[in-house]
Amino acid sequence: MKRWIAILALLAPLSALALTGEEVMKKSQAAFYYPGKDFKARVLMKLVNKDGHERVREMTMLRKNAGEAGGDQKYFMVFFQPADVKDMSFMIHKYPARDDDRWMFIPAINMVKRIAAQDKRSSFVGSDFTYEDVSGRDIEDDTHAVERDEKVGARDCIVVKSTPKSGDADFGHKLTWVDKASFLPVKEEQFDRKGAPYKQFSADEVSDVKGRPTVVKRTMKNLQTGHRTEVAYLKTDYDLGIEDSLFSERFLRQPPRKWTD
Amino acid sequence: MDRLTAAILLLLPLSAQAEATLSGFAQQNAAFNTVAANPDGQQHHKWLEERIRLKLDAGAGDWRLSLKGDIAYDHLGRQEETELREGYADYVAGNWDLRVGRQVVTWGLGDLVFVNDVWPKDHEAMFAGRPMEYLKRGVDAVKLSAYPEFASFELVASPEFRESRTPDSLRFHTGMPALATLKPRRGEAGVRVYRDIAGWDAALYLYRGYQRTPSVRSDGVFHYPELATFGASLSGRAGSGVLNLELARYDFSGIEAPPSQTRALAAWQTQPWEDFSLNLQYYVERDIRTNNTVGVRATQMFLHQTLRLSVYASHRLHDGDSFVNPELRYSFTDRLWGALGANLFDGTATGPFGQLSRDDNLYLQVRYEF
Repeated sequence: MKRWIAILALLAPLSALALTGEEVMKKSQAAFYYPGKDFKARVLMKLVNKDGHERVREMTMLRKNAGEAGGDQKYFMVFFQPADVKDMSFMIHKYPARDDDRWMFIPAINMVKRIAAQDKRSSFVGSDFTYEDVSGRDIEDDTHAVERDEKVGARDCIVVKSTPKSGDADFGHKLTWVDKASFLPVKEEQFDRKGAPYKQFSADEVSDVKGRPTVVKRTMKNLQTGHRTEVAYLKTDYDLGIEDSLFSERFLRQPPRKWTD
Repeated sequence: MDRLTAAILLLLPLSAQAEATLSGFAQQNAAFNTVAANPDGQQHHKWLEERIRLKLDAGAGDWRLSLKGDIAYDHLGRQEETELREGYADYVAGNWDLRVGRQVVTWGLGDLVFVNDVWPKDHEAMFAGRPMEYLKRGVDAVKLSAYPEFASFELVASPEFRESRTPDSLRFHTGMPALATLKPRRGEAGVRVYRDIAGWDAALYLYRGYQRTPSVRSDGVFHYPELATFGASLSGRAGSGVLNLELARYDFSGIEAPPSQTRALAAWQTQPWEDFSLNLQYYVERDIRTNNTVGVRATQMFLHQTLRLSVYASHRLHDGDSFVNPELRYSFTDRLWGALGANLFDGTATGPFGQLSRDDNLYLQVRYEF
């Protein structure tokens, strides 16, 4: 038995090497955007401009998977800061390979409205992260090729080059350093369509949450403007048993405190 | 008053156990006349005030309490200086909930056109350059919501009718002031039923009460005719945007009741590029005549969504009655924002906007949130 484990352990890096770019990105998507049946975090975003001026966005983010990794998901967000968006809430029904459904609750006039959602590459609440950076980009939207193996710090990574199939993305191509052990992206470099460095993502801190390696601190930096966004995930948890009924107009209007604190 | 004090004293130990948060803002709001003086002779300002908002939220168990009150200093001396904007208690149960007290109710999908939104509004606030939230007035009501599997229900019942605020005839050129106004003695009620149908948000609306703005009787007295409405709305994805469809029938009754009316709206909202959104709407109001109105709202954000430029425009096709509201809003910090905008009215003297063509104004809002 022990010998088998030793052989399997020897084979493991080989099997990672043998994966195609698309397979690596699928495993990375499952590890980064789909772990657990559901997920909760208090998200603290610091938007920092090139002069060092900071703005803070704070929200609770809840996610629930409909099924397997790569499938439908529901997201629910309630804002705490800044004051002019406090109590505003936001819901996304995310479907692979088609536009999401999005709803927003505006407390000032007590109104829920559906909002257009084809702009997946647009900024999430003014930060350097796009909606896709927050909830994942469809694997099928890019071609993926394994470039090389490379270490990032102590982590052995596979470097994957992803190139959008259509020309409507804001980046020309990107390189992702995927950790061979956890399949989390530890670094990502985006290049604009002229090939110049554009944005840089880094996973700054990875914690073990209920046995799942989780990126609890991350930064996205726009290399062309010098603006960056630092994100901390606080009170991160998985498999809380979030009901499907949470993702409804009722709770958009009255977010239940047991899920949002 | 004594009973109120006793109630507060009784509630104090409860509030000690509850989590409570206090927040609010301080605001300066001014609107400058750009064409003519107000009818009361006030030359420069359509609106000029400083305002403090206090908001208390408290919760314990399945109960929640929310109070929003304003204190204002009005330089023009034309408005109430304290106001309870909202004040209600919520009880949340398994598949139903209850809200009792003064609350804002908003129905329907229109952008500054109201098909099924029969609830109180403040049209004066909208025309005098006040922030968006002042467009709605609370209604003193009981709202019961139920969420069985097949649909969601919202029943709103109010023992007392609360009218919409119309532009003050000493502040706006609205024509003759009321000789007398008859207010309804009874209350009002409405039901909204909604659910998802094949990926579309579908809703039905029923209301029984009164027209929210007064009509003039032949003897010159203003009154609020009895009104029953029923309507429906649909909202869903269409092409690269969101399609909103809404329809309602308005039936009036009583002495000198206005003719029945049908209102319909088709609107499409899209985001053609980053941080830009566009809403196009077509609104039809039909009684003995038909009025077709086209509307647009375009919003572009800059500087990491801290600077927002938006334009709302509405134009009635047969007589050119129109309203344009451009606005530039900037968040200086996470707590301090300011907005500069204009309300521009045009058209014939009989149109809802045309009659205000001497009331064009330029407005400024500055708010510090705490």
